[in-house]
Amino acid sequence: MSMTVTAPEIPRTAAARLRWALADGWTVTLRDLTHWARKPGQVVAGLLFPVMIVLMFGYVFGGGMAVPGGGDYREYLMPGMYAMTMLFGIEATFTAVARDAAKGVTDRFRSLPIASSAVVLGRSVADMLNTVLGLLVMIACGLAVGWRWHEGAVRAALAVGLLLLLRFAFLWVGIYLGLTLGGPEAVMAVQILVWPIGFLSSAFAWTGTMPGWLAAVAEWNPLSATMAATRDLFGNPGAGGTTWIAEHAAVMALVWPLLLIAVFLPLSVRRYRRLDR
Amino acid sequence: MTYAIAAEGLRKRYGHTLALDGVDLAVGEGTVHGLLGPNGAGKTTAVRILTTLSRPDGGAARVAGFDVVRQAADVRRGIGLVGQHAALDEVLSGRQNLVMFGRLHHLRPAAARARADELLARFGLADTDTKPVGHYSGGMRRRLDLAVGMICSPPVLFLDEPTTGLDPRGRTEVWEAVRGLVAEGTTVLLTTQYLEEADQLASRVSVVDAGRVVAEGSPDELKSALGGDRLDVVVRHTADLPAAAAIVGRVTGARGDVSVDVDADSRRVGAPVRDRSAALPEVLRALDAAGITVEDIAVRRPTLDEVFLHLTGTENSTENSTRKGAAA
Repeated sequence: MSMTVTAPEIPRTAAARLRWALADGWTVTLRDLTHWARKPGQVVAGLLFPVMIVLMFGYVFGGGMAVPGGGDYREYLMPGMYAMTMLFGIEATFTAVARDAAKGVTDRFRSLPIASSAVVLGRSVADMLNTVLGLLVMIACGLAVGWRWHEGAVRAALAVGLLLLLRFAFLWVGIYLGLTLGGPEAVMAVQILVWPIGFLSSAFAWTGTMPGWLAAVAEWNPLSATMAATRDLFGNPGAGGTTWIAEHAAVMALVWPLLLIAVFLPLSVRRYRRLDR
Repeated sequence: MTYAIAAEGLRKRYGHTLALDGVDLAVGEGTVHGLLGPNGAGKTTAVRILTTLSRPDGGAARVAGFDVVRQAADVRRGIGLVGQHAALDEVLSGRQNLVMFGRLHHLRPAAARARADELLARFGLADTDTKPVGHYSGGMRRRLDLAVGMICSPPVLFLDEPTTGLDPRGRTEVWEAVRGLVAEGTTVLLTTQYLEEADQLASRVSVVDAGRVVAEGSPDELKSALGGDRLDVVVRHTADLPAAAAIVGRVTGARGDVSVDVDADSRRVGAPVRDRSAALPEVLRALDAAGITVEDIAVRRPTLDEVFLHLTGTENSTENSTRKGAAA
């Protein structure tokens, strides 16, 4: 006994196409949410990893760290760690995208009558949901180690918005690398890329303590812009500075992510459309 | 006859490699067409173009009535693709995979679930329940892969080396599943490295080598071009080889164009044979009468290598130990 199921007609109007893309995107998102339910250990490990780094830097190294204005190091550290968590997200996005490409799942998606934007749309919604969860865990961790926001809920919410914007930018970097580097095992290469970028910033150490040239590199790091801007919005020590880039952190916290999106979003879409081995 | 797949002069270049060098294909509706060839012959490239994953550099193709470049979305609606690697989500269960892909085919949730259960039952996967696909055996994965390819009963199904890497049991399972689909009228383009697989499933075969179709015909036609089965005799003494070759040549009726192979190193004499049941006892009797001691004797199918060597005409360049001896 077999029923015959035929594929529905391809939508021909823009509105119908959009409906399809949204429905397909949601299906792909649901797939990732199902992963969480079936492999909760992986999700928990991913959420707890930055917490471990907070504890390590906050308590192991923290005693020896200089904070501008003599503030509390953990107050300084947390905004840096929030931005670092956004950066670590590249690895999760990369692994998921590269695995699908290597297993032929991406090709199967591409051979289906679905909008090519649906797969990336689903990916980004799932990753952003994961990021929100991760950020909540980190904020709880921050509150537990003595970090506070001092400038009211609105400015704190703006800071969270800047962090999510940064994650959204890194999402496209992760997708592009996942489609380009080939094979989830290349995550090692991504880590080698991600870690120096993370550490060569103002995340852990105040750039005022670095040699001049290194301080310049760290201050021009897109991460540092978001870190400085969120420190300012949260009212934590370490915001501001005398260099041009440090003085314009708030603007750069918008410019850098938008620039990354402007470069990597079209690159990813092009790469996805012309996955031609 | 209407063609489910019609390709003309497909060309595709990757860097310096010419993957396809003018491939023509015509696959009738409801038939199974085999693309037979070794690794790197261009089989997968052809499938990628026909399934809209790659754009051809030259030539044109229509699949399920639509142009693969200009009407890619319509082509995708009418095809199923089962690639070389089981393209499944390994964390999800088989049912969750089927429901997800069903939803991506825009079935309503209830319909997607019903279709998933139906396909699981049909491909013998109903009892796998919640097990993640990552824990499936190779044969089970391929069957699930086929099931995913069949969600919308596509009129044209592409199977890219569906049994590579499977054990004999898994292979048989997949063959059974494919036969079931064909019985319902699905057109299948099957790529394979195995002559036996093409033989089992395909009604017509295109032999592909270095991006070109070097031969086309039914499996029987291709095999008869090779003289069908082959008879191999291994004698105990090297000195007996010429006499054995003469006997084998006489019994198998080898003449000028069909040759008897003599391999001195393994003391083996081989020749194509048309009537396997008659040739075997006759050769044995004749060798016995000539006082030649036989160590081994067997009738076997030609291998893909031999089909290949024959079709691409490169047999003379193979290793020196294979001398071509015309019989008596």
